[in-house]
Amino acid sequence: MTANIRYKSRIPVKTEDSTEEKQYVGFATLPNQVHRKSVKKGFDFTLMVAGESGMGKSTLVNSLFLTDLYKDRKLLNAEERINQTVEIIKHTVDIEEKGVKLKLTIVDTPGFGDAVNNNECWKPITDYIDQQFEQYFRDESGLNRKNIQDNRVHCCLYFIPPFGHGLRPVDVEFMKALHEKVNIIPLIAKADCLTPNEIKKLKDRIREEIDKFGIKVYQFPECDSDEDEEFKQLDKELKECTPFAVIGSNTVVEARGQRVRGRLYPWGIVEVENQSHCDFVKLRNMLIRSHMHDLKDVTCDVHYENYRAQCIQEMTSKLAQDNRMESPIPILPLSTPDVETEKLIKMKDEELKRMQEMLNKMQQQMHEKDQ
Amino acid sequence: MSSHGHGGSQSSGGGSTLLGYIGIDTIIEQMRKKTMKTGFDFNIMVVGHSGLGKSTLVNTLFKSQVSRKSAGWARDEKIPKTVDIKSVSHVIEEGGVKMKLTIVDTPGFGDQINNDNCWEPISKHINEQYEKFLKEEVNITRKKRIPDTRVHCCLYFISPTGHSLRQLDVEFMKRLSHSVNIIPVIAKSDTMTVEEKQEFKQRVRKELEMNGIEFYPQKEFDDDMEDKSDNDKIREAMPFAVVGSDKEYQVNGKRVLGRKTAWGIVEVENPNHCEFAQLRDFLIRSHLQDLKEVTHNIHYETYRARRLNENGGLHPICDTQDSNL
Repeated sequence: MTANIRYKSRIPVKTEDSTEEKQYVGFATLPNQVHRKSVKKGFDFTLMVAGESGMGKSTLVNSLFLTDLYKDRKLLNAEERINQTVEIIKHTVDIEEKGVKLKLTIVDTPGFGDAVNNNECWKPITDYIDQQFEQYFRDESGLNRKNIQDNRVHCCLYFIPPFGHGLRPVDVEFMKALHEKVNIIPLIAKADCLTPNEIKKLKDRIREEIDKFGIKVYQFPECDSDEDEEFKQLDKELKECTPFAVIGSNTVVEARGQRVRGRLYPWGIVEVENQSHCDFVKLRNMLIRSHMHDLKDVTCDVHYENYRAQCIQEMTSKLAQDNRMESPIPILPLSTPDVETEKLIKMKDEELKRMQEMLNKMQQQMHEKDQ
Repeated sequence: MSSHGHGGSQSSGGGSTLLGYIGIDTIIEQMRKKTMKTGFDFNIMVVGHSGLGKSTLVNTLFKSQVSRKSAGWARDEKIPKTVDIKSVSHVIEEGGVKMKLTIVDTPGFGDQINNDNCWEPISKHINEQYEKFLKEEVNITRKKRIPDTRVHCCLYFISPTGHSLRQLDVEFMKRLSHSVNIIPVIAKSDTMTVEEKQEFKQRVRKELEMNGIEFYPQKEFDDDMEDKSDNDKIREAMPFAVVGSDKEYQVNGKRVLGRKTAWGIVEVENPNHCEFAQLRDFLIRSHLQDLKEVTHNIHYETYRARRLNENGGLHPICDTQDSNL
């Protein structure tokens, strides 16, 4: 099964011809050198899923990454859910494919939107995202930056129920609370209960409302002008297809002589990876095969930088009484000074003491000389 | 949270079984596209006294006229009293990869009668680039891609005396090997025979070891066994004895870069004649990215840590504070 994605290799073909060798300096191998290091280190990606219970979030995640992250899960009944607050649960899984290692972290948000009163039910989620930014900010400003762990959330899949007529108030409020902190990708969940017409109407409606309420969902970057037509066409289709209407499945069924992931109904079989049945393939290709790196970049370059700028502004306004009007280095009070910093601090203290002693000695000597 | 039928008991394990291709390996291609778009920079400094063929070697390495050869001092031109720092940038392209190459030349180094402290302007320049980068990093609104003017590699040219390192060589490398990647090369090595070259190299290596000079690739930064074995081979072959040339001659029906003498043609890219090809492969084809990474992750971080510890904050560098560098 091949997803039709264009990736014409731009690696120059090295011919053994000696005239080729003459012109060839060799730094065209730079991208390979860069990637060799990255491949060795491996990649990481943090994906958050949010939406009410029963929207098929876990199933979709399992279908996307062909894993089974939710094996021993106990589903709560309604009573147990009444007093449940929104939790943040992380699952981490290491996936390797063709020598490339990915450390995938799924941040789950059980309890979201499940209570009777859902006021500010997104607060634990925004707090979590901010905490990750803060952690990264501290690490980045610290002394020992060798092994910074990047736990920032790169993407948030938000599941919109298919049963309504568009966005509900909680959907709007949630997305507005998060759109400047994380890349939001809205999805229409359980799309197999809608006909193609209904899906189209719902998508149009949702797109309208996203515009109307000024929600900034993740935008796909523009195509380069030098991309081939095929890619541009695919890209256009992708953009017109949002929000993606998805279906997930943990089960394998037999359809058209093949074993596929799907859902078996009396009236037919829904195939998860069939593009005419749902947008799962588009979502997967976009998320993993073409835009994973861009999602991370936008998180680092836009969302994190916004957070950082805000943080510094707040600190600067507090320090406005000091005469340090130049952009001060944010000296964040280290919560747990690590061993290295402790050592450095000790060293400096000792040095200061020694210098002080020397000064005292010198002063004494001068004093004696005078007498 | 699905509540359809089967409680997830029949799912495939984590990986590539049935219908199992997720497509994670394509992230490499995504990264490649991105880096090709943004392009690369590389800053190389050349140090050594006049006439050792520095510019010629750089031009030979990058197969373009990126460094202007000095024709020696014109009679009415004064020899500069101090070491000058001259940076020249070019954008060169190969195989769709664009590289902004900056050559930092240091005319005047080692040319005076009294060469005391002639390494100071160089050290100052290197630290100024670190300072520039640091200032950008702590800014409130940061550029997406901070312009990188830090010196990634310093080629130090050793005079092919055949005896040993000069005092100036040792002093320079001792002081600067902790703030920049130094790659020593034996210049104009076509003045030595094969045996003389081997002996000289060994003596030079011993002297470097005796003086505790860690040239690139430094042993302490080898990541893993694979790196260590690759780098060990390179360290044993260093310093590379090179010859540079931008003139072409016909040898055995091929056009080669070389130097023509009455007794034969020295072929620059012939591994039997000199080690230019080895240097080039090492510098450009395999360790270019690593040079940048060691500069960024180690030398720059050392500088940064030191600055952060001083006075608990950032103050602009002024000459009086330029103490123990």
